[in-house]
Amino acid sequence: MLTSGIILLSGSLLDPNPGLIFWTAVTFLIVLVILKKIAWGPIVSMLEEREKGIQSAIDRAHKAKEEAESILKKNRELLARADAEAEKVIREGREYADKVRAELSEKAQIESQKMIAAAKEEIEQEKRRALDVLRNEVADMAVKGAEKIIRATLDAEKQKVVVNEMIREMASNRN
Amino acid sequence: MRVKANPKILALLVPFLLSLNTLACAVPVQDAVPAHEAAPAMVAPAATSPADVHEATVPEGETTVAGEQAASGEHEEKAGDVIMHHVKDSNVLAFEPFGEIELPHLQLGSLDISITKHVVMIWIASVVLLLVGAAAGASIKKLSAKQAPSGLGNVIEALVDFIRNDVAKSNIGHGYEKHLPYLITVFFFILTCNLLGLIPYGATATGNINVTLTLATFTFLVTQAAAFKELGVGGYVKHLTAGTHWSLWIIMIPIEIIGQFTKPFALTIRLFANMTAGHIIILSLIFISFILKSYVVAAAVSVPFAIFIYLLELFVAFLQAFVFTMLSALFIGLATAHDDHDGHELEASGHH
Repeated sequence: MLTSGIILLSGSLLDPNPGLIFWTAVTFLIVLVILKKIAWGPIVSMLEEREKGIQSAIDRAHKAKEEAESILKKNRELLARADAEAEKVIREGREYADKVRAELSEKAQIESQKMIAAAKEEIEQEKRRALDVLRNEVADMAVKGAEKIIRATLDAEKQKVVVNEMIREMASNRN
Repeated sequence: MRVKANPKILALLVPFLLSLNTLACAVPVQDAVPAHEAAPAMVAPAATSPADVHEATVPEGETTVAGEQAASGEHEEKAGDVIMHHVKDSNVLAFEPFGEIELPHLQLGSLDISITKHVVMIWIASVVLLLVGAAAGASIKKLSAKQAPSGLGNVIEALVDFIRNDVAKSNIGHGYEKHLPYLITVFFFILTCNLLGLIPYGATATGNINVTLTLATFTFLVTQAAAFKELGVGGYVKHLTAGTHWSLWIIMIPIEIIGQFTKPFALTIRLFANMTAGHIIILSLIFISFILKSYVVAAAVSVPFAIFIYLLELFVAFLQAFVFTMLSALFIGLATAHDDHDGHELEASGHH
């Protein structure tokens, strides 16, 4: 076991070897140049390209999201406006209908009142006419009665009979 | 796969140890030989190299090793040597029971650029990395914008994205794109080297200080270049004063200049030590059972502990690759910071 300790002390591990340095340098430089051309160049440029691609994809996604959001907002606004509009239309319609109905009923009432008034007037006229006729008739009768009385005169008895008859007549006529 | 390395070593060394056991335990041989062998070793220090002094000062290990040496005759390796051989660089690729491959020696002017075990491992790592990178790049290129990534491309992409976002962007900030290919490459390079060290017959190139030194030097150069480019010469010099009063400059400027070099030095040592330490621990645990010559120790201590350390190493492989990349990014970010020095230093330390 102790012999292995000698190894480190022997110093020959640190032997300089110019040939090895020369070959290492030459080999490394050749490998560096070739690999830079055939491997690292394409890989690094591809990585950069992919990085850019991913970044642009993210940007695009963000833009699309924003756009969608704005469209959604606009849609919502439109919907709200349409709702309001519809409500307004309905309200207006209802109001109009109410107004029309009120107007119509008012008009009908007026009309009916007018008709009632007209009817009343007519009735009044008829009544008046009837009264006129009656009055004339009564006058005529009175005149006739008077005539009869005057013709039959003299007789109180008869007068009474005549008057009673006349009254009866009138009553029956009236009826 | 993760336990392969240990059974490998066990499978290779147990039969040989078994034969040692029977021979070495024969009392007369063991008694006679150490006395015979140790005597010259005790006499030798005065005359021979310092390495022998070490051997002489560790009598217990020496005697057992000497016993093994005497018993087997041809096997002269100690546990330490085997471990060192495993961890250190060498000129042969050893595939132990099957043979070895001698690697070519090359010379560039006066520079010895021999292909060593670790150079081969770096090349294997590079080939693996290039294949994986090419496959991932192709699968990514095939992808249309609307397809999800899958398979290998996805794995690599996830790591690349992690380094890009959590390492580069958060530590360097503005202008991180320029440094991204370096950081990603250094991460995968170190990670692949670390992982290759964990497979059988593999070696950890990042456990060699020359390799980590080179990588840290690249970070140093990138940091300095980025600082000069970002701040200009005047800004760079001003940065060295750390925004302190002029009377403190005589202290601050040397400290800041030393600081420029300690950063890559720390990177070098950290990666090298972490990768080497894990392997030494695994091998030491295995060798405990050989030194104590006990199957009980092997079954109860060595193998379970070695497996545990191996799993830890797997984690460390990722962790150290990440730490190296992270600190590289942090140093670049610190060096290119425009704001007042203290504020940024605080912010940077807040990351940990």
